[in-house]
Amino acid sequence: MTSAANSSGALPASVDAMLELLTSRGYLAERSLATVTYLSLRMGRPLFLEGEAGVGKTEIAKVLSAALGRKLIRLQCYEGLDVSSAVYEWNSAAQMIAIRMAEAAGDTDRDQLSSDIFADRYMIKRPLLQALEPDVAGPPVLLIDELDRADEAFEAYLLEILSDFQVTIPEFGTVKAPSPPIVIITSNRTREIHDALKRRCLYHWVDYPAAERELAIVKSRVPGISAKLSQQVVRFVQALRNQDFYKSPGVAETIDWATALSELDARSLTPQVVGDTLGALLKYQDDITRMQGDTLQKVLKDATSEN
Amino acid sequence: MAINHLAPEQTEQFADNIVGFARALRAAGMPVGPGAVIDAMSALQVIDIGSRADVFTTLEAIFVKRHEHALIFKQAFNLFFRASEEWKHMLDSVPLPEQARKKPQAGSRRVQEAMSQPRMTETPQHQEQDLRLSVSDKEILQKKDFAQMSAAEIAEALRAVEKMHLPQAELLTRRRRPDPHGLRLDLRRTLRASLRTGGDIIDIHRLGRIEKPAPIVALLDISGSMSEYTRLFLHFLHAITDARKRVSVFLFGTRLTNVTRALRQRDPDEALASCSAAVEDWAGGTRISASLHNFNKLWARRVLSQGAIVLLISDGLEREADSKLAFEMDRLHRSCRRLIWLNPLLRFGGFEAKAQGIKMMLPHVDEFRPVHNLSSIQELITTLSRPLPPHHRSLIRSAA
Repeated sequence: MTSAANSSGALPASVDAMLELLTSRGYLAERSLATVTYLSLRMGRPLFLEGEAGVGKTEIAKVLSAALGRKLIRLQCYEGLDVSSAVYEWNSAAQMIAIRMAEAAGDTDRDQLSSDIFADRYMIKRPLLQALEPDVAGPPVLLIDELDRADEAFEAYLLEILSDFQVTIPEFGTVKAPSPPIVIITSNRTREIHDALKRRCLYHWVDYPAAERELAIVKSRVPGISAKLSQQVVRFVQALRNQDFYKSPGVAETIDWATALSELDARSLTPQVVGDTLGALLKYQDDITRMQGDTLQKVLKDATSEN
Repeated sequence: MAINHLAPEQTEQFADNIVGFARALRAAGMPVGPGAVIDAMSALQVIDIGSRADVFTTLEAIFVKRHEHALIFKQAFNLFFRASEEWKHMLDSVPLPEQARKKPQAGSRRVQEAMSQPRMTETPQHQEQDLRLSVSDKEILQKKDFAQMSAAEIAEALRAVEKMHLPQAELLTRRRRPDPHGLRLDLRRTLRASLRTGGDIIDIHRLGRIEKPAPIVALLDISGSMSEYTRLFLHFLHAITDARKRVSVFLFGTRLTNVTRALRQRDPDEALASCSAAVEDWAGGTRISASLHNFNKLWARRVLSQGAIVLLISDGLEREADSKLAFEMDRLHRSCRRLIWLNPLLRFGGFEAKAQGIKMMLPHVDEFRPVHNLSSIQELITTLSRPLPPHHRSLIRSAA
């Protein structure tokens, strides 16, 4: 692929190499995630990651850009996100000054003026346009974060960019990326993304990690934590995910909680310390209320029993 | 061991396998296009086909575009790539969705009737009576076929529903469009226009905000006690879905089914047929609490996030009414802009909320309305067109 040949940070040559690359940056991925990431790099296709909040979807883009030495360009989506904040905008104030200057100089050639005004230097480039520009380090990593928060109109706009990696600007012409950026799109599923967009991407559902992997993640992200505590933390969180909560804790919450516990110098989980720090794990009052009393005792007993 | 027939040197068989697999997935109800097949082939050439797991992930990334399909894909993959001689039985062994099974064609009843007698009114009523008798605590896996509806009834309901003006209470979005009375200056267009006059600004262009109808989410009770009404409501919801973009429809009896996609089909008969095919517990019992729980947990965040109006269409006759029901209603109420409960029981003059379930639910709704005939649906529409609740009023205005 062209992108592989042009880049200075070489792309991994196999799934195992991909896995190693991610691990080297502290991202302990499931093999399946490493596989789709590898495929998306090799095939030059956007990677569409869906999953609950806090399972590490955004993180993978950051890790990729760091590991491959590419620029990370992030587009955070929100309702009403439009072309002028996502792609480009004209610097109208500067344009107006230029027009006045031309007038003052007695320059009245309209065509000349128009091509002067709509030139590159009056253009304010937003993330999507930046991502199409050539970069010395190789094509950048473009993170389109939480696409489900943008509205359908913006999603439709993305179709052209994602399939041809080009943008058409009426006053300017078409800007096409010399080599396509690495695109990671994330969604929390607060709304369904249209099939047309998903079709252009490789899709992967990022799930909560298995206990063993989560333990490794906690150990690598919270260095000071004791083996006993980290094991109890992971067992506790995994048990919580089996409960019928409105919002189960993600990996990000596990790390937060482990950090909190380790800041409090907790040696092991006790009802007292869990009760005090539950807010790091559960973010809905209903869920926290449900965790009082018997449920808490039971989960806690299971989590701490074998130690 | 299982995938040696996938070895790249046997390219032809390899291609056959992928095509066959894609066909199997299609038969199992997954939307797999020819583009995906080509993608799959090139992906498998990129990847080193060493492990079954990698092949699985690769194909999954290409064929599965919705999380709901992951399970079907997994089953299909396991069956298909079990051993090369076994895969031919694939089509028989994958559980097919109901649409794929033999059933009367949607609308066949209408066609038959159109060809013979002008009217047949008794039969459908008779059928409904039977269904109501069969309500029990056990889940009844019974399907009611919309194709068996009487032509006269459909025509009548449809005519009425089509005549109705759909709700137009609108939300202002954050998106803008050219609008001469807008508040914001459109500098880009103003400048472009000014170039035509050599830089003199003559016309100021402005931007106003775009308005969109508020999304509607309908939760329709299809249990036995509601069977007289569900058909009409489905037609109503189909008409709404047809005309607006942001409508989601869920049916619930003992379990919750999302039929939004099914209802999107243009022809009402087709739409209702695939709707009834998607539902497993047609005219069975009711478990409102459990269904609401599922909705709150799996769907609320996905369909209510843009300030939706929820229509809960149910008689509220819940057998297991306890504090859980109140809890789920409260959660639903707090996650939407407005919760309107449509209850056909309200048609009785001296209706009192005696049933335990109704008592539990009532405190958590914004509005409690009857729906049992077309005129009450018309009233509902008037309600939906009214300005939305005060806490959102700054963003909203009711269309004239």
